Amino acid sequence: MAPPSPRRPGFSRRAQYGIFASYVIAVFGAAFALLLVLTARFDPDGHSALQSILADLTSPVSAAGRTALTAVGDVGESIGAYVDAAAKNKAMSRELAAAHKKLIEADVLRVENRRLKQLLGMSADAAPPVARAALVSSTGSSSRRYATLSAGATDGVANGQPVLGPDGLIGRVVSVGRVSARVLLIVDAGNVTPVKRTLDGAPALAMGSGDGRLILRPLTSGVQFKPGDVFVTSGSGGIYRPGIPVARAIDRGREGTKARPMADPARLDFAVVEPVFQMRPPPAPSQVGEPKED
Amino acid sequence: MPRGYEPRLNRVPSRWALIGIPAASVMLGSMTVLVPQISLYPILPPFGLLILLAWRMIVRDLWPVWAALPLGLFDDIFSGQPMGSAMLLWTLVFLVLDIFDRWMMWRDYRQDWAIAGTLIAVVLFLSLAIANNSGGGASPAVILPQVLVSILMFPLMVRLCAWLDVLRWTL
Repeated sequence: MAPPSPRRPGFSRRAQYGIFASYVIAVFGAAFALLLVLTARFDPDGHSALQSILADLTSPVSAAGRTALTAVGDVGESIGAYVDAAAKNKAMSRELAAAHKKLIEADVLRVENRRLKQLLGMSADAAPPVARAALVSSTGSSSRRYATLSAGATDGVANGQPVLGPDGLIGRVVSVGRVSARVLLIVDAGNVTPVKRTLDGAPALAMGSGDGRLILRPLTSGVQFKPGDVFVTSGSGGIYRPGIPVARAIDRGREGTKARPMADPARLDFAVVEPVFQMRPPPAPSQVGEPKED
Repeated sequence: MPRGYEPRLNRVPSRWALIGIPAASVMLGSMTVLVPQISLYPILPPFGLLILLAWRMIVRDLWPVWAALPLGLFDDIFSGQPMGSAMLLWTLVFLVLDIFDRWMMWRDYRQDWAIAGTLIAVVLFLSLAIANNSGGGASPAVILPQVLVSILMFPLMVRLCAWLDVLRWTL
């Protein structure tokens, strides 16, 4: 005999209606969910409100876990550091000597750079950071790449602000809770970063590909990017100030040059949130091209 | 009768445990994305969905069809998908499984795994489509490793749920 189906409860009217009602609720609920999904395209902010409230509640959990994880990782690293210590020591001494020389050169360049920038009327210093916080968790099971930052509106974090690691750009804030914020990583397939090549300033767009890498599309035709080229933000379009390291090209693909992001958020202790960069408006057109009449 | 003795026969299991343990296990599965790890590509299996499917395969009349709606809503809050994504897909999974139940009266473990595996793959690809609709642009190749890991992870989740099933009747 076949096992009795729980969906066929015999002659009880009450049970039959109950099952019918559950199907009606399920179908209407699914239709409602479909509407929600479709509206997500047009109103992402409204959608993220509930998510930020819950992220506020859960980010301390992740943060505590992260601290524990870092401590465990540190033990492994300190043990590993003893292996081959003498050879490492020699190599590092050599590097240190070389670095000292470079440092002096860099000092000279910095002074020169500041002088030149003063000549051009550019401000040399970046705006002070809004907040320093840890990235505590990410959406590992979804194809979108969001990370949760352990700082929110109470720390001054606001939508659109860029998030930086010590090695380069990580992403930008897309929704803010009270004590946590959601960061869209630059490797997300919906994120586009305007960049330029450090060598010659050739402009390009760095698009996330969703698999941990970026795809670089040159904005001028005829430009070929080589593996090893380094790209920094160009500052065009605002949001990111110019000169933040973004990616290093690794190989040429069919649909553009593939690049690896400079900053690895997975190995990050702290990230810095910077204010939104706003380009100075260009001088009014009347002052630029108009010939002066005497 | 010694103090603290509980009869092992004729016990009435707690109603809270009967309903609560499966629901809590699915919700905990949804919350696995809170692990302190910043992943650069989707590799974490959707544990909420895996545990939901495992329960559905083991105890067929555990949940009414609409139970996928609130559990999906809870998953959406954490998963990073647009709201409604898991609500929609999980409810559809339940409806499809109801059709399968009517169609195949006897199923063995491997058939269950095959059905669940197919559903997991379909849900993951549809989730990708939904994420792309709301502003992403990832190619389907990106989630292939995740699909594979999730399908291979399913028997483990069945084991876990079977263990929890014993627990919820004896608690």
